[in-house]
Amino acid sequence: MAGMNKTVVVRKSDLELVVTRLFDGPVELVFEAWSRADLFQRWWVPKALGVPLRACEMDVRTGGGYRLEFGLDAANAMAFYGTYTDVTPPSRIVWTNEESGEITVTTVMFEDQGGKTLLTLSELYPSKAACDEALQGSAAGLPLQFEQLDELLAEGVA
Amino acid sequence: MVQYKFAPLDATFAALSDATRRSVLEQLGRGEASITDLAQRFGMTLTGMKKHVAVLENAGLVVTEKTGRVRTCRLAPGGLEAEAAWIEKYRQRWALRFDALDEVVTELKAREEANGRNEQDGGSTEI
Repeated sequence: MAGMNKTVVVRKSDLELVVTRLFDGPVELVFEAWSRADLFQRWWVPKALGVPLRACEMDVRTGGGYRLEFGLDAANAMAFYGTYTDVTPPSRIVWTNEESGEITVTTVMFEDQGGKTLLTLSELYPSKAACDEALQGSAAGLPLQFEQLDELLAEGVA
Repeated sequence: MVQYKFAPLDATFAALSDATRRSVLEQLGRGEASITDLAQRFGMTLTGMKKHVAVLENAGLVVTEKTGRVRTCRLAPGGLEAEAAWIEKYRQRWALRFDALDEVVTELKAREEANGRNEQDGGSTEI
Protein backbone atom coordinates (compact mmCIF):
# COMPACT_ATOMS: atom_id res chain seq x y z
CA MET A 1 0.00 0.00 0.00
CA ALA A 2 1.41 3.36 -1.01
CA GLY A 3 1.62 6.25 1.34
CA MET A 4 1.38 4.30 4.55
CA ASN A 5 4.76 5.23 5.91
CA LYS A 6 5.79 8.74 6.69
CA THR A 7 8.56 10.62 4.95
CA VAL A 8 10.48 12.77 7.41
CA VAL A 9 12.90 15.57 6.53
CA VAL A 10 15.38 17.20 8.88
CA ARG A 11 17.84 19.92 8.08
CA LYS A 12 20.78 18.59 10.03
CA SER A 13 23.05 21.54 9.41
CA ASP A 14 23.52 24.48 7.06
CA LEU A 15 24.85 21.98 4.53
CA GLU A 16 22.88 18.81 5.05
CA LEU A 17 19.32 17.61 4.49
CA VAL A 18 18.31 14.18 5.74
CA VAL A 19 15.24 12.24 4.59
CA THR A 20 14.04 9.04 6.28
CA ARG A 21 11.29 6.60 5.47
CA LEU A 22 10.33 3.01 6.28
CA PHE A 23 9.54 0.54 3.47
CA ASP A 24 7.55 -2.66 3.89
CA GLY A 25 10.06 -4.90 2.16
CA PRO A 26 13.51 -6.41 2.81
CA VAL A 27 16.66 -4.36 2.18
CA GLU A 28 17.65 -6.49 -0.82
CA LEU A 29 14.50 -5.50 -2.69
CA VAL A 30 14.68 -1.82 -1.80
CA PHE A 31 18.31 -1.83 -2.89
CA GLU A 32 17.31 -3.51 -6.14
CA ALA A 33 14.71 -0.81 -6.83
CA TRP A 34 17.49 1.79 -6.44
CA SER A 35 20.17 0.06 -8.43
CA ARG A 36 18.33 -1.20 -11.54
CA ALA A 37 17.73 1.57 -14.07
CA ASP A 38 14.46 0.08 -15.34
CA LEU A 39 13.04 0.06 -11.80
CA PHE A 40 14.68 3.30 -10.64
CA GLN A 41 13.17 5.44 -13.37
CA ARG A 42 9.69 4.20 -12.51
CA TRP A 43 9.70 5.88 -9.13
CA TRP A 44 12.42 8.55 -9.19
CA VAL A 45 10.21 10.68 -11.41
CA PRO A 46 6.65 9.82 -10.42
CA LYS A 47 4.01 11.00 -12.86
CA ALA A 48 2.67 13.42 -10.28
CA LEU A 49 5.84 15.51 -10.69
CA GLY A 50 4.84 16.16 -14.28
CA VAL A 51 8.39 16.16 -15.69
CA PRO A 52 9.21 13.33 -18.10
CA LEU A 53 12.51 11.52 -17.84
CA ARG A 54 14.11 11.45 -21.32
CA ALA A 55 17.17 9.38 -20.57
CA CYS A 56 18.41 7.33 -17.67
CA GLU A 57 21.85 5.71 -17.73
CA MET A 58 23.13 4.19 -14.52
CA ASP A 59 26.23 2.12 -13.90
CA VAL A 60 25.58 1.35 -10.25
CA ARG A 61 28.94 0.16 -8.91
CA THR A 62 31.73 1.96 -7.09
CA GLY A 63 33.38 4.25 -9.65
CA GLY A 64 30.50 3.98 -12.14
CA GLY A 65 28.63 6.97 -13.50
CA TYR A 66 25.06 8.04 -14.09
CA ARG A 67 23.22 10.53 -16.23
CA LEU A 68 19.56 11.50 -16.00
CA GLU A 69 17.90 13.82 -18.47
CA PHE A 70 14.56 15.46 -17.82
CA GLY A 71 12.35 17.53 -20.06
CA LEU A 72 9.69 17.48 -22.70
CA ASP A 73 12.15 17.67 -25.60
CA ALA A 74 15.88 18.02 -26.31
CA ALA A 75 15.75 21.82 -26.38
CA ASN A 76 14.29 22.02 -22.88
CA ALA A 77 16.16 19.13 -21.31
CA MET A 78 17.94 19.31 -17.99
CA ALA A 79 20.70 16.85 -17.23
CA PHE A 80 21.90 15.54 -13.89
CA TYR A 81 25.09 13.52 -13.69
CA GLY A 82 27.79 12.29 -11.38
CA THR A 83 29.66 9.25 -10.06
CA TYR A 84 28.88 6.45 -7.66
CA THR A 85 31.66 6.70 -5.08
CA ASP A 86 30.54 3.79 -2.90
CA VAL A 87 28.13 1.00 -3.76
CA THR A 88 27.83 -1.64 -1.04
CA PRO A 89 24.89 -3.98 -1.74
CA PRO A 90 22.46 -4.11 -0.15
CA SER A 91 23.20 -1.49 2.48
CA ARG A 92 24.60 1.65 0.90
CA ILE A 93 24.85 3.79 -2.25
CA VAL A 94 26.83 7.04 -2.31
CA TRP A 95 26.96 9.27 -5.36
CA THR A 96 28.03 12.72 -6.40
CA ASN A 97 25.97 15.23 -8.30
CA GLU A 98 28.18 17.45 -10.41
CA GLU A 99 26.20 19.35 -13.05
CA SER A 100 26.24 22.60 -11.08
CA GLY A 101 30.05 22.69 -11.11
CA GLU A 102 30.09 22.10 -7.37
CA ILE A 103 29.81 18.66 -5.84
CA THR A 104 26.83 17.53 -3.81
CA VAL A 105 27.17 14.14 -2.13
CA THR A 106 24.12 11.95 -1.59
CA THR A 107 24.31 8.94 0.70
CA VAL A 108 21.45 6.49 0.90
CA MET A 109 21.49 3.75 3.52
CA PHE A 110 19.22 0.73 3.80
CA GLU A 111 18.88 -0.77 7.29
CA ASP A 112 17.05 -3.96 8.12
CA GLN A 113 14.29 -3.54 10.66
CA GLY A 114 12.73 -6.94 11.16
CA GLY A 115 12.25 -7.64 7.46
CA LYS A 116 11.37 -4.02 6.66
CA THR A 117 13.79 -1.37 5.46
CA LEU A 118 14.60 1.90 7.11
CA LEU A 119 15.89 4.19 4.40
CA THR A 120 18.03 7.20 5.32
CA LEU A 121 19.07 9.60 2.60
CA SER A 122 21.46 12.46 3.24
CA GLU A 123 22.23 15.26 0.80
CA LEU A 124 25.41 17.11 1.67
CA TYR A 125 25.78 20.41 -0.20
CA PRO A 126 29.03 22.26 -0.84
CA SER A 127 27.72 25.46 0.78
CA LYS A 128 24.80 26.86 2.75
CA ALA A 129 23.78 28.81 -0.35
CA ALA A 130 23.62 25.61 -2.40
CA CYS A 131 21.57 23.88 0.29
CA ASP A 132 19.16 26.84 0.52
CA GLU A 133 18.95 26.90 -3.26
CA ALA A 134 18.03 23.21 -3.35
CA LEU A 135 15.22 23.79 -0.88
CA GLN A 136 13.97 26.88 -2.65
CA GLY A 137 14.31 25.18 -6.01
CA SER A 138 12.05 22.39 -4.85
CA ALA A 139 9.46 25.00 -3.94
CA ALA A 140 9.85 26.85 -7.23
CA GLY A 141 10.28 23.87 -9.54
CA LEU A 142 6.99 22.30 -8.67
CA PRO A 143 3.68 23.76 -9.65
CA LEU A 144 1.88 24.85 -6.52
CA GLN A 145 0.11 21.70 -5.60
CA PHE A 146 -2.57 23.07 -3.42
CA GLU A 147 -4.73 20.00 -3.71
CA GLN A 148 -1.94 17.99 -2.25
CA LEU A 149 -1.37 20.64 0.34
CA ASP A 150 -5.04 20.47 1.23
CA GLU A 151 -4.74 16.73 1.75
CA LEU A 152 -1.78 17.35 3.94
CA LEU A 153 -3.65 19.90 5.98
CA ALA A 154 -6.61 17.56 6.23
CA GLU A 155 -4.26 15.03 7.76
CA GLY A 156 -3.34 17.65 10.32
CA VAL A 157 0.34 17.55 9.45
CA ALA A 158 0.65 21.30 9.23
CA MET B 1 -2.39 32.85 15.89
CA VAL B 2 -4.71 29.85 15.90
CA GLN B 3 -7.02 31.32 13.28
CA TYR B 4 -4.04 31.51 10.91
CA LYS B 5 -3.27 27.84 11.14
CA PHE B 6 -4.32 26.97 7.59
CA ALA B 7 -4.47 30.13 5.50
CA PRO B 8 -0.86 31.30 5.78
CA LEU B 9 0.69 28.12 4.48
CA ASP B 10 -1.06 28.69 1.14
CA ALA B 11 -0.03 32.33 1.31
CA THR B 12 3.53 31.33 2.20
CA PHE B 13 3.87 28.98 -0.77
CA ALA B 14 2.32 31.56 -3.08
CA ALA B 15 4.77 34.15 -1.77
CA LEU B 16 7.73 31.80 -2.20
CA SER B 17 6.77 30.73 -5.71
CA ASP B 18 8.28 33.91 -7.12
CA ALA B 19 12.04 34.21 -7.62
CA THR B 20 12.11 37.98 -6.96
CA ARG B 21 10.27 37.58 -3.69
CA ARG B 22 12.66 34.84 -2.60
CA SER B 23 15.56 37.16 -3.39
CA VAL B 24 13.89 39.97 -1.44
CA LEU B 25 13.65 37.66 1.58
CA GLU B 26 17.31 36.76 1.22
CA GLN B 27 18.19 40.42 0.98
CA LEU B 28 16.16 41.27 4.09
CA GLY B 29 17.92 38.39 5.85
CA ARG B 30 21.03 40.55 5.64
CA GLY B 31 19.30 43.58 7.14
CA GLU B 32 16.28 45.83 6.88
CA ALA B 33 15.72 47.95 3.79
CA SER B 34 13.24 50.51 2.51
CA ILE B 35 10.97 49.75 -0.43
CA THR B 36 12.95 52.32 -2.42
CA ASP B 37 16.22 50.48 -1.63
CA LEU B 38 14.71 47.19 -2.68
CA ALA B 39 13.21 48.59 -5.88
CA GLN B 40 16.62 50.00 -6.86
CA ARG B 41 18.49 46.86 -5.97
CA PHE B 42 16.15 44.69 -8.03
CA GLY B 43 15.78 47.17 -10.88
CA MET B 44 12.03 47.48 -10.41
CA THR B 45 9.50 50.24 -10.19
CA LEU B 46 8.39 51.35 -6.75
CA THR B 47 4.87 50.10 -7.51
CA GLY B 48 6.16 46.68 -8.56
CA MET B 49 8.24 46.29 -5.42
CA LYS B 50 5.35 47.48 -3.24
CA LYS B 51 3.24 44.65 -4.65
CA HIS B 52 5.89 42.04 -3.92
CA VAL B 53 6.37 43.35 -0.40
CA ALA B 54 2.60 43.31 0.15
CA VAL B 55 2.46 39.62 -0.83
CA LEU B 56 5.33 38.84 1.55
CA GLU B 57 3.65 40.86 4.28
CA ASN B 58 0.32 39.07 3.81
CA ALA B 59 2.13 35.76 4.06
CA GLY B 60 3.55 36.89 7.40
CA LEU B 61 7.12 36.68 6.14
CA VAL B 62 7.90 40.38 6.23
CA VAL B 63 6.79 43.28 8.42
CA THR B 64 6.89 46.89 7.33
CA GLU B 65 6.86 50.14 9.24
CA LYS B 66 6.27 53.60 7.89
CA THR B 67 8.31 56.45 9.29
CA GLY B 68 7.60 59.74 7.56
CA ARG B 69 7.75 58.96 3.85
CA VAL B 70 9.91 55.88 4.17
CA ARG B 71 8.51 52.37 4.54
CA THR B 72 11.06 50.04 6.09
CA CYS B 73 10.85 46.29 5.53
CA ARG B 74 12.34 43.57 7.68
CA LEU B 75 11.92 39.83 8.08
CA ALA B 76 8.99 38.99 10.34
CA PRO B 77 9.90 37.54 13.72
CA GLY B 78 9.41 33.81 13.40
CA GLY B 79 10.33 34.25 9.74
CA LEU B 80 11.86 30.80 10.01
CA GLU B 81 8.43 29.73 8.82
CA ALA B 82 9.73 30.40 5.33
CA GLU B 83 12.38 27.74 5.75
CA ALA B 84 9.83 25.39 7.30
CA ALA B 85 7.66 25.88 4.23
CA TRP B 86 10.59 25.17 1.90
CA ILE B 87 11.43 22.04 3.84
CA GLU B 88 7.81 20.93 3.64
CA LYS B 89 7.82 21.34 -0.14
CA TYR B 90 11.08 19.39 -0.39
CA ARG B 91 9.57 16.70 1.85
CA GLN B 92 6.52 16.47 -0.40
CA ARG B 93 8.74 15.82 -3.40
CA TRP B 94 10.45 12.92 -1.62
CA ALA B 95 7.13 11.63 -0.29
CA LEU B 96 5.82 11.46 -3.87
CA ARG B 97 8.89 9.57 -5.00
CA PHE B 98 8.84 7.23 -2.06
CA ASP B 99 5.17 6.40 -2.51
CA ALA B 100 6.06 5.38 -6.08
CA LEU B 101 9.05 3.41 -4.76
CA ASP B 102 6.68 1.65 -2.36
CA GLU B 103 4.75 0.33 -5.34
CA VAL B 104 7.91 -0.99 -6.99
CA VAL B 105 8.99 -2.68 -3.74
CA THR B 106 5.54 -4.23 -3.31
CA GLU B 107 5.79 -5.64 -6.83
CA LEU B 108 9.25 -7.07 -6.23
CA LYS B 109 7.99 -8.64 -3.02
CA ALA B 110 5.09 -10.29 -4.85
CA ARG B 111 7.57 -11.61 -7.43
CA GLU B 112 9.84 -13.05 -4.70
CA GLU B 113 6.91 -14.70 -3.02
CA ALA B 114 5.73 -16.20 -6.31
CA ASN B 115 9.26 -17.51 -6.97
CA GLY B 116 9.39 -19.01 -3.50
CA ARG B 117 6.16 -20.85 -4.11
CA ASN B 118 7.33 -22.16 -7.49
CA GLU B 119 10.48 -23.53 -5.95
CA GLN B 120 8.50 -25.30 -3.29
CA ASP B 121 6.09 -26.68 -5.85
CA GLY B 122 8.99 -28.00 -7.88
CA GLY B 123 10.52 -29.53 -4.79
CA SER B 124 13.83 -27.86 -5.55
CA THR B 125 14.10 -25.69 -2.43
CA GLU B 126 17.56 -25.79 -0.97
CA ILE B 127 18.45 -24.37 2.41
